[in-house]
Amino acid sequence: MMDRPLKSRETIAWGFAGLGCFLGVWTLLTVSGLVPRQFLPTPLDVVARIIELLTTPFAGATLPQHLASSFGRYIVGVSLAALVGIPTGLLMGWFRLLDDILAPIFEALRFIAPIAWVPFAALWFGTGIGGPVMIIFAGAFPPCLINAYRGARFVDPRLIEASRMLGTSHLRTIVEILLPASVPSIVAGLRVAAGLGWQSLVGAELIVAATGVGFMMVQAQANVSTPTVMAGMIAIGAAGMLIDVLLRQGEALILRRRGLGP
Amino acid sequence: MTRWRQTGIGLATFALLVGLWFALTAWSGIISAGRFPSPTDFWSAFVQINTRGYAGGQLAAHAFHSVVLVVMGFAVAVATGVPLGLWMGWSRRAEAAINPVFLLIRPIPPLAWIPLAILWLGLGDAAKIMVIWFAAFVPSVINTFSGVRSIERPLLEAAIMLGTPRWRFVAEVLAPAAAPMIFTGLRLSLQAAWTTLVAAELVGALLGLGFILNVAQQDIYPAMILVGMLSVGVLGFATTWLLGAVERRALVWNVAGSER
Repeated sequence: MMDRPLKSRETIAWGFAGLGCFLGVWTLLTVSGLVPRQFLPTPLDVVARIIELLTTPFAGATLPQHLASSFGRYIVGVSLAALVGIPTGLLMGWFRLLDDILAPIFEALRFIAPIAWVPFAALWFGTGIGGPVMIIFAGAFPPCLINAYRGARFVDPRLIEASRMLGTSHLRTIVEILLPASVPSIVAGLRVAAGLGWQSLVGAELIVAATGVGFMMVQAQANVSTPTVMAGMIAIGAAGMLIDVLLRQGEALILRRRGLGP
Repeated sequence: MTRWRQTGIGLATFALLVGLWFALTAWSGIISAGRFPSPTDFWSAFVQINTRGYAGGQLAAHAFHSVVLVVMGFAVAVATGVPLGLWMGWSRRAEAAINPVFLLIRPIPPLAWIPLAILWLGLGDAAKIMVIWFAAFVPSVINTFSGVRSIERPLLEAAIMLGTPRWRFVAEVLAPAAAPMIFTGLRLSLQAAWTTLVAAELVGALLGLGFILNVAQQDIYPAMILVGMLSVGVLGFATTWLLGAVERRALVWNVAGSER
């Protein structure tokens, strides 16, 4: 009854069996006519549609162009979140008064889903680049702030005492002690922020944008083009995974440089 | 002493913010009423939606509709996700077979399912429940799975050696031992459920908090947008608090662990 760990050959075999079942049931549902092909295209239909979208425009642009405009917004939004969130977090970790003032505000804002900012984002910054960027910011900001804050709070007190004793100024203490010491925590926060930002981007594009993969999917939904919707989902998933892999590599590299990683 | 200081500063901050809000909108007009509502606008919008209603119903009706959808989607996700996680945690074969499918589907953000859900099920409640289910399902499965995997081996071996029947083994050993992690998963699931519901209602709905936001956005009615946003926040807080209360009740032995 107790399960032993599987051999790698068995793991692969079971994995393929699982994937085969998934894709097989999906294909069968459509081919048997149980579900109309218009609503559930076969996996092959979706792959064909992705290849087609690489060159044929849909909703005003090809899939790579939509992805490019999504990425543009995404990078601006996440960078802004990091540029504002990390320094604020470090300052909150250093100055107790600032912490006591800002913490309750962020604590209260936490319960408003980032996506609920959409109407104000559209009203304040329009639907071009500003509105979606604000939503991405709203999604990516909290982890940047929280992790910089935690990193700064858990710095080895001896380091801080030494710097205080030597009469280092506040600014230099933050930049030269708190910041470097919190890098592992900050990098971990950035990875979470990147994921949440990507999620918010999709939401923002579904509602307020006029380009981007999310917009393409909404248009496809309005035109009842299920293969295009699924192509968009796969593109979003793949791009999100790529971002995560890259950031994991970066994180491992930074940790290794500091002698913390394996 | 520090507690008092923190509470005091927190209250002072909020008082100051409300003062600033009055000063910037109503008194000086630095922020125009078309961009952000003044407190009086906010109040009249709040009164309006509670008496005459807005976007097809009163605030209570919208809120009730949203809460019901979240609870239903969340319940379906938990009822499917936790057993699947338990199974994957227990059986290496199940893990090996299901994991690749999971890896394929997991990178797709829950919000990206919204257009497909609308295509399949229309703008009604069924599409929302489907999207919430997808959103809340993944954290439930993953945390339950890691909860089971982190159970100490001797505990499982002892239960097996004593010949515990299978269903009692699952109900009385696996599930309780994995419970702290399961609850962590449920908290994440609940958050995901709210985010997804608001997004889905913003994309298309006939009633609900997201729909208030949607209509208010089209009417360019900032005060009502604020009412909708605050309602989302308050309900999100209330449901999270409720789940925390359930957790404290269910995991009395784990008080130290659940206190963060």
